[in-house]
Amino acid sequence: MLAELVALGQVVPAEPFPNGISRYAIGGLLVGLGAVVIYLGTGIAAGASTFLESTLSYVSDQSRFKQYRASRDWRVVFTLGIILGAAVYAVVWQGSTWTTDVQPWRLLIGGVLVGIGTRVGKGCTSGHGVCGVGSASRTSIVGVITFLTVAIVTAQFVQAMGVSP
Amino acid sequence: MTRNRHPLFMPLILVGGLIFGFGLAYSHMARPEVVLDFLQFDDFGLPFVMFGAAIVSGIAFAVMPRIRDGAPLTGDRYERRLKPFDRNVLIGGAIFGVGWGLSGICPGAAYASLGIGNVTILWALVGMFAGAYLQGVWRSKRSAAESAPAGAD
Repeated sequence: MLAELVALGQVVPAEPFPNGISRYAIGGLLVGLGAVVIYLGTGIAAGASTFLESTLSYVSDQSRFKQYRASRDWRVVFTLGIILGAAVYAVVWQGSTWTTDVQPWRLLIGGVLVGIGTRVGKGCTSGHGVCGVGSASRTSIVGVITFLTVAIVTAQFVQAMGVSP
Repeated sequence: MTRNRHPLFMPLILVGGLIFGFGLAYSHMARPEVVLDFLQFDDFGLPFVMFGAAIVSGIAFAVMPRIRDGAPLTGDRYERRLKPFDRNVLIGGAIFGVGWGLSGICPGAAYASLGIGNVTILWALVGMFAGAYLQGVWRSKRSAAESAPAGAD
């Protein structure tokens, strides 16, 4: 019985919310509120990853990017808003800049795969995960289950290989 | 689209982005370490962020089409975000999952990460643009090949 609990403890951390739970709940409500503000005014269910393709349409003539020309201006404004909103948090709560310790090669290779995957898979954690799941879209729910499962397996594998941070 | 936009269109997009980005930073999703902690089962906070946000947006998606015909700034109909399902959702989702699990970074959180002063995240942003460009070149070529007349006869 005790051994089982110890084994279970390796999967479920002793402290499931080391940063507390309110930070995540309040942050999530605000992320949703940001999407809702845009939806109420414009009817647009915004995701963050289309910005990559729509912004590339400024500098590339590839036919794939042309379909996003109509939305590219407001997507730049949306992304600047995201950066500025995070900067407000950094100034008011964080107090100084914060820098990741995750190694550059992980960020670069991971970024390339994220860039390919979100565009082929029609959405990311905000498009599928927030707006799509909020729409009870079966496509988005399948998308979220797919990338969440693969991400967990990948992260566990990377950790098991001793890669840190 | 060449139609004239409502003068409040861009300001509203900016305000929405500000709240969205503030929420991402506040929730610590702009820190790859916190995302990786969830994926490695050391911190169960992430689902509260994603599903908390989905519940809030879900209420708007469910309610607005019933009380108004269209959005005030665009006149567009209130609709849900529904995309057609095909195998690309699974293939792309899996590729995204490998990238997310390796780096702890997704697009919105990466922009927010820049906002909290994380200049190292530029590696991920450069990677994302490179990845989006690669798939764009590949799919542009493929769709050109598909629409070209078959030259067999």
